[in-house]
Amino acid sequence: MTTPPPAEPSATPPAVTEEPGEKSRHRPFGEIFKESFLEGNTFTVTVLALVTATVLGGLLCAFTNPAVLHAPAGSMLGKAWDVASGTYVALFEGSVFNPHTVAALFQQASLSTAIHDGYLSAVFGPLSETAVQATPLILAGLAVALPYQAGLFNIGGSSQFIGGAILATWLGYDVSMPFFVHVVVCVIGGFAGGAVIGWLTGEIKARTGAHEVIVTIMLNYVMQYLLAYLLSSHSLLQAPGSSNPITPPIAFNAHLPLLAGTSLRINAGFLIAIACAFGVWWVLNRTTTGFEFRSVGANASAARVAGMKVERTWVLVMLLAGGLAGLAGSAVIQGTDFSLNPNSYGTYGIDAITVALLGRGKPAGVVAAGLLFGALHAGSPGMQTATSTPVQIVQVLQALIVMFVAAPPLIRSLFRLRAARAGGVGTAMSKGWNA
Amino acid sequence: MELELRGITKRFGPLVANDGISLSVAPGQVHALLGENGAGKSTLMNVLFGLIKPDEGAIYIDGKAASFHSPKDAIAAGIGMVHQHFMLVPVFTVAENVTLGIEETGRAGLLDRRKTRRDVRELSHRYGLDVDPDALVEDLPVGIQQRVEIIKALVRQAKVLILDEPTAVLTPAETEELFRIVRQLRDGGTSIIFISHKLKEIQSIADTITVLRRGKVVGERTPPATEEDLASLMVGRDVQLRVSKDAANPGAVVLDVADLTVQGDHGTVSVNGLSFQVRAGEILGIAGVQGNGQTELCEALLGVRPSAAGSVTLNGRDLTHASPRDRLRAGVAYVPEDRKEDGLVGSFSVAENLILDLYDRKPFASGVNLKLGEIAKNAAARITEFDVRTGSAATPAGTLSGGNQQKVILARELGREHKVLIASQPTRGLDVGSIEFVHRRIVEQRDHGDAVVIVSSELDEIYALADRIAVIYEGKITGFRDPDVPTAELGRLMAGGVDAVTPAEAVAPEAVAPEAGTVQEEM
Repeated sequence: MTTPPPAEPSATPPAVTEEPGEKSRHRPFGEIFKESFLEGNTFTVTVLALVTATVLGGLLCAFTNPAVLHAPAGSMLGKAWDVASGTYVALFEGSVFNPHTVAALFQQASLSTAIHDGYLSAVFGPLSETAVQATPLILAGLAVALPYQAGLFNIGGSSQFIGGAILATWLGYDVSMPFFVHVVVCVIGGFAGGAVIGWLTGEIKARTGAHEVIVTIMLNYVMQYLLAYLLSSHSLLQAPGSSNPITPPIAFNAHLPLLAGTSLRINAGFLIAIACAFGVWWVLNRTTTGFEFRSVGANASAARVAGMKVERTWVLVMLLAGGLAGLAGSAVIQGTDFSLNPNSYGTYGIDAITVALLGRGKPAGVVAAGLLFGALHAGSPGMQTATSTPVQIVQVLQALIVMFVAAPPLIRSLFRLRAARAGGVGTAMSKGWNA
Repeated sequence: MELELRGITKRFGPLVANDGISLSVAPGQVHALLGENGAGKSTLMNVLFGLIKPDEGAIYIDGKAASFHSPKDAIAAGIGMVHQHFMLVPVFTVAENVTLGIEETGRAGLLDRRKTRRDVRELSHRYGLDVDPDALVEDLPVGIQQRVEIIKALVRQAKVLILDEPTAVLTPAETEELFRIVRQLRDGGTSIIFISHKLKEIQSIADTITVLRRGKVVGERTPPATEEDLASLMVGRDVQLRVSKDAANPGAVVLDVADLTVQGDHGTVSVNGLSFQVRAGEILGIAGVQGNGQTELCEALLGVRPSAAGSVTLNGRDLTHASPRDRLRAGVAYVPEDRKEDGLVGSFSVAENLILDLYDRKPFASGVNLKLGEIAKNAAARITEFDVRTGSAATPAGTLSGGNQQKVILARELGREHKVLIASQPTRGLDVGSIEFVHRRIVEQRDHGDAVVIVSSELDEIYALADRIAVIYEGKITGFRDPDVPTAELGRLMAGGVDAVTPAEAVAPEAVAPEAGTVQEEM
């Protein structure tokens, strides 16, 4: 794809490509994307984990619902089914597409009136919402997945997110620039703000040997309180004349451009997220830097003996990871929120770990997991109105999915699957995530 | 107890690990199981110990069929196993480790520590094991930890004791001790299944030898069998146990190590003012009992461990404080002692491992881009040249056998431009065929004019390869000798015996290199 001609699969010598069962890394992104989904045992476990979580989640919705609990014994099961299925239908309608709006579209006299009345955009509304919700999840998820490949566990998503968001917001409201330039400057600012925090973690680990988990957790507190402080003073970030801890709104020129008209929220942030996922894949699999990352992650002492500078690799990978989390902050500020408040960082730091975990630390997996969680977020409000299932049930569902994905032996024993022991490869590759 | 295996077959996918293996172990016998890595020894023992269920065949104990679903069943039937990697809790005492899993409780469910300690002491005494029940396992040397494993098996009433490559981790002296213990156990009526691929050991300890190759029994022998006979059974062809090599033809000094001092992990001095020189076209063998500073010396030579004092010079270039990368670029080829830990990235493909220290150089990279085509081409060429037996270039290196892993490392290091080859324990844990291959390659490199340093705790290897032998003891070289030196003399030096010869020997002999006179001053 972006690789130079000699790296194309066709250019590889026949001696190697003829080997049956060839599974090397020099193939197009699409194929690897496909493979990461079809990877024998791992894939089966992931799907079964999703199914199990869905079933359990359904039971939970049904049997916490007052309508079900107070139903007469005879109709209880039927009622429970109604609530559970209703919940999932509402979830689907809110995140993928809603048959009612589609039906309404067909009742329009012509396509032009449909567009005029906003029906077309209404049809794509749920998908747009899913993409919007998925954008920061994918970016922050990559910020965990990338260092994982280099053997580091980045818990500092939220501090890096805040770092990026602060810089992107400040550049957004305090300076004035022409339309395109302003957006780009703010996005770069977001990356830089996060990268500084990530770099700090890497540098502390490289110089003092402090564990990155501790450092990132502590930096999370530092950044959260720094943000609270900045938002409490008019001379700093707090909006003039406001008594709330909130920044002024960023300039319109700094908004990420909308992709499908003003009625849909989907914006260029989603494209940035997808581009970053591809970029991370490219760096990891096609560059010398990525080779260092993966070597250091898989066996740091062999990497050192091979002449790699392990400490420098830590610093660089944490810097990049911080930048990615910072981009998540910029995507939220410039894409949907347009100003920064103490709740802007939400639970992205923790959700990022979940997304990376579900995506098995691979860029394509992170995109898929980000979209899934984005869909859950996008669909949850509709769920509440349709069946009065609390929004929190979505959080429980997420937790269940991750729990089952993280515990393959549990799923295997539930479904009586045989562990792929003889293969050895898959289990070796996924060490750490499911060991 | 009479143990018999009949027609054991175990398949892993297309691979037949055990193919109709039958063997019987008589009581009070040491039955050696000999075979290359991957011959099926470990699989067979895992079947016997209840860890793996065979596809066909059965185990008979005293003529009765037994079926083991887990190690518990095997232990109950009187089978004990000492794994190659010990299954001990480091922070527990010997007695606690022994009792783990079969804890005896007294009144009120309290542990009966006294009984366990008495048992350990009693067994220790009966078999001359010399193990203190109250010692912490982590404080014990490997040889003693192994005895703790043996005691564990004996306490569980083992009648058949399986020792899986028991000498792989032992020093020569510890090996001798182990053999004494094994003989004592045998005389006490315990049967021993002794797994190894070291011919000499098997010769001296076994009563019966069964040779496995590619999952099949290829022969049974009794000890007077010659090493050549056993070796050719093992690999299926005649093996040269000694590499044939011509006299060395040393040239100019390539590697000059002067007064090198290196600290160990705990701030101790591991290498203590050590000096040697190696010339182009000669092999210097550094002999010594493990743990006398060899590991730290090699790490310091590569630069992954800092040198506290002294200097390392390669072809006149001072490398004392150079980074590992600079040293590799300057022409150091390095085969680490622990190949799984330091030599390979197990989860990486063979192709990737073959460029582990070349990934950012031409032709494998241009700018930051990896040239996957070149990497694949290189892999295909190296795999053929070094006869690496791998499914494909994309197979994870960690799944290869030890011999093939070592070939991957050699292929990578020797494929690079280099002037000196530093190889630490280059054939540890390898089978006869791979040892022969590795030794032949090393001698070839010497003949091409490489300076070679071999660090080995196997005297056989030192004798087979070295043109000059240096003996290391407590971080110092206790003497330099020619390869025709008797073993007893090396043994004396390895135990710290003082060198009677002048230290000027540290400088390479100059018989064939007349211009070498000037470097004599060095020492």
